[in-house]
Amino acid sequence: MLLLLQYTLIFSSVLMLVALGGCYSEHSGVINLGLEGIMVIGALGGALVMRFLPSGTPGILVVLLTIGGAVLFGVAYSALLAVACINFKADQTIVGTALNILGTALATVLVKAINMHINPDDVSSTIQYVTPKQSFIAYIGSFQFNWFMVIAILALVVAYVVLYKTKFGLRMMACGEHPQAAASVGINVYKMRWSGVLISGIFGSLGGICYILAGVSEWKFENGVAGFGFLALAVMIFGQWKPTRIALAALLFGMFRALSNVYIGIDFLAALNIPSTVYNMFPYIISLIVLAFTSKNSKAPKAEGIPYDPGQR
Amino acid sequence: MSKPKEKKSLFQNDGFQALLASLICIVLGMLIGFIVLLFINPSGAGGAITAVIKNFLNYSRASLQIKNFGNTLVKMAPLLMCSLSVLFCYKVGLFNIGVAGQYVVGACISIYAALAWGLPWWLCLLLAIIVGAIYGAIVGVLKAYCNVNEVISGIMLNWIGLYTTNMILSSVKESTSPYTLHIRDYSPQSVLPNIGFSKLFAGNEYMSIAIPLAIIIAVAIKIILDKTKFGYELKATGCNKNAAKYAGMAEKQNIIITLAIGGALAACGGAFLYLTDYELWEVTTSSVPGMGFNGIAAAFLGGLNPVGTIFASYFIQHITSGGAYVDKTLYSSQISDLISALIIYLCGFVGFMKLAMKKYSAAKAAKSGQIDNVNAEPEPKAPEEEEAPTDLDTKSEEGGKE
Repeated sequence: MLLLLQYTLIFSSVLMLVALGGCYSEHSGVINLGLEGIMVIGALGGALVMRFLPSGTPGILVVLLTIGGAVLFGVAYSALLAVACINFKADQTIVGTALNILGTALATVLVKAINMHINPDDVSSTIQYVTPKQSFIAYIGSFQFNWFMVIAILALVVAYVVLYKTKFGLRMMACGEHPQAAASVGINVYKMRWSGVLISGIFGSLGGICYILAGVSEWKFENGVAGFGFLALAVMIFGQWKPTRIALAALLFGMFRALSNVYIGIDFLAALNIPSTVYNMFPYIISLIVLAFTSKNSKAPKAEGIPYDPGQR
Repeated sequence: MSKPKEKKSLFQNDGFQALLASLICIVLGMLIGFIVLLFINPSGAGGAITAVIKNFLNYSRASLQIKNFGNTLVKMAPLLMCSLSVLFCYKVGLFNIGVAGQYVVGACISIYAALAWGLPWWLCLLLAIIVGAIYGAIVGVLKAYCNVNEVISGIMLNWIGLYTTNMILSSVKESTSPYTLHIRDYSPQSVLPNIGFSKLFAGNEYMSIAIPLAIIIAVAIKIILDKTKFGYELKATGCNKNAAKYAGMAEKQNIIITLAIGGALAACGGAFLYLTDYELWEVTTSSVPGMGFNGIAAAFLGGLNPVGTIFASYFIQHITSGGAYVDKTLYSSQISDLISALIIYLCGFVGFMKLAMKKYSAAKAAKSGQIDNVNAEPEPKAPEEEEAPTDLDTKSEEGGKE
């Protein structure tokens, strides 16, 4: 049961971070479908840092540098979305989809190249980080505590304060509701949308690195992040674009996702003898059903998905 | 070739604009891919990119070339079906990202019908199409009645479809490997007939009626969208749902029908590949196959025109297959995925490119218009126009056709 709690919390942290990232982007008026790709690239950045840090680096430095690497990669990658969708008015769905495919392909190509460079016989797309991983973990009894759980809660508080209590957040949200009105009172819509997308890059990449640190100590980049970015989008929609509700939705979805990892250890679930693929499907089925019931009166930002055209009313 | 009566520069021709924009995407995509290769290992980059472009031409023997050209075509058929699915829905204003899942479901049903029930090929195909249509219609119903964004529900259904397929096909897999049984050995009547194609392609046994069928379906989609009332209604629904409703069209029904057709097309694509026995399904597949996403690439690269899509899906499959020929000691074959992803990304800029071309031609028209007033010559030419050689004109004709 403790294991279930542990996995629930860590998967919820991933979903919360990514969904909050998506929340900034959508409130600024840009649909960020590329979160999955951003997660992969962020995870790549963090994994590379962990791979190449000299052993013996103090734990706190490992944590900070890994996060730094992830965020750097993620933000740079999200800029691809921003420049296409904000400055060139590209279709946000196409560009987001492209970034998802590109993320996995790019990460695979780069990791394979690096692995082959170090050892010509190693053609895998796997990065190992057994030792550096320990820096992110503390044990409370047998409960494996991960610092990302704290980071996720901090992210939640920050999102709530920034979006509802600061000038910046309120202005950004105005750009997602009615950018022309926002522009008429002197807000730079382009700047606000850029900030929204880049912030989603920060949180998306944090979610990515958190995800690959969740249960395992090596990651095969060919697999991407197995649809977690999309699940986070569902969390965000289920959370109706509100940080507090997103947190609750993330807990719920995280629990369903955790069940597929640990159901064997729980007697009554193991006795049901349901194949593990069913548990894998669970979060997706639940979110589909939930979306069917909640989408009727959606609180989505009004102007999301529409490129900003200053001449429109 | 005669110039049109009213002076219209090449850049004002929609088809030419689309063709040029697609070519720019391809060239830029290749170029960026090349730069990535240079970055990884400068010495082999040139060789690798030519290997990707040459694909089956990497073989020196003509028979092997033809045989492998056939293999590319075998995989082009499902890709074309997926891209037609994306295109058809996009024309109705729906982004069918669920194409990947619909493709998987089609593969699942056709393989299962062949191996578990031993049905003849046309029944397998038909079943796949029906189930695919139902699967696509789920997205449609959710969109029409519950206002669920088709992108999100499509993505969820992709994963549900993948896991369900793994589960169902586990019952018809080989006992020692994660792959499904060979349809050719266990149920020969389920393999798509090849009506003499394999002789044409140096004995490539995987060549089947799937390829001509896919092309015929592409043309049929073009006719349905452009020439029928049904197609017009669907497009009208896509342009403005409320206006369509006001004009007396059943807009909800149209959305559901569109996605059902999209699902049927994609599922048919899945059956087209797996009923040739060219590939076996691996029941431990952990990510949604790229075929559907490449279909999105092909649809946009083809300028959202069914006929253009035929060429675009051949091109995408050509470089995807070509990825297998890069020097494995230097690079990985995923480099072709990288290039096709870059091409989709660049397709996002097509609108901008077209706008730039329109502006350019408008500026030019204004300029040559002034010359026209001064000069009574019937065909005054702006300096830039003279530069354009005749092969550009032939291209414009191709573009016009597409």
